[in-house]
Amino acid sequence: MVDQVLDTKGLNCPLPIIKAKKAIKSMATGQILQIDATDPGAVQDFEAFCRVTGNELLNSSEEGGVFSFEIKVTE
Amino acid sequence: MSDAANAKSMSLIVTKGSLDWAYPPFILATTAASMGLEVSMFFTFYGLGLLKKDMDLEVTALGNPAMKMPMAGMHVGMPNIMAAMPGVGALATGMMKNMIEKKGVASIEELRETAIEAEVELIACQMTMDLFEFKKEDMIDGVPVAGAATYVENALKSDINLFI
Repeated sequence: MVDQVLDTKGLNCPLPIIKAKKAIKSMATGQILQIDATDPGAVQDFEAFCRVTGNELLNSSEEGGVFSFEIKVTE
Repeated sequence: MSDAANAKSMSLIVTKGSLDWAYPPFILATTAASMGLEVSMFFTFYGLGLLKKDMDLEVTALGNPAMKMPMAGMHVGMPNIMAAMPGVGALATGMMKNMIEKKGVASIEELRETAIEAEVELIACQMTMDLFEFKKEDMIDGVPVAGAATYVENALKSDINLFI
C-alpha cells in the first residue's frame, strides 16, 4: 500500500515538510508516502501542506509520541 | 521554483543577519518553496551577511531581554552588563548552536542549501555591497546583485510580502 517511508523522527520544523517534498518529487502520481515524525506541529502542518499543494492526506495518526501521515502524491 | 506556471509567490526582504534572526526568512522560504510557491529573497543591510560563503553567525543577549535560555528547568535571561562582557557573546552563540542541534532544528547552512536546491531566488542588495565593502567573491556563487526597483517589481507580483 505504502510505496515509500520517510523517517523524520527527531527533526523539527520545517525539516519534515522539506524532506517530504523532496520525497514526493521523486515519486510518481498515485504513489503513497508515509512520513513518521515526532514534531507535534507536523500534524497541522501536513494538513496545510496538502491543502496548498493538492496532495491528498489519506491518514494522520499518533502512537507513542510518533505521528504518522500517509500522503497520496497527486502533483 | 514551483511546478506550475501559475504558482503563488512570496517575496521576503531580509534585513537581519544574526543567528536567531536568520531563521525566520530561511524557514519560511524553504517551506513555501516546498509548498510549490515561487520564492524570492532580497538580502539587504545586515541580512546581506547571510549570502557570504563563510557565514559566521552569532547571537547576543545584549539588548535582548526576551532571550531567555532554558537552563536547569528554568528560563534564564542575562543582564546587559553581563552580556557585554568579553566572551559572553561567543558563549551564548555556542549554547544556542548546541540547543539547535539537540532539538533537531536545521542549521542555517542546511536551510540555505535547501533554498538554493529549491530554486529560491536569492538577490544581494547592490547598495549594501558598496556600503559595507563586500566583494562579489565573498558571496556564494550565482547570486544576482540588484537594487530596490528589482525588489519592488518582485513584490508587485507576489502574493505574500514580508519584511524580516
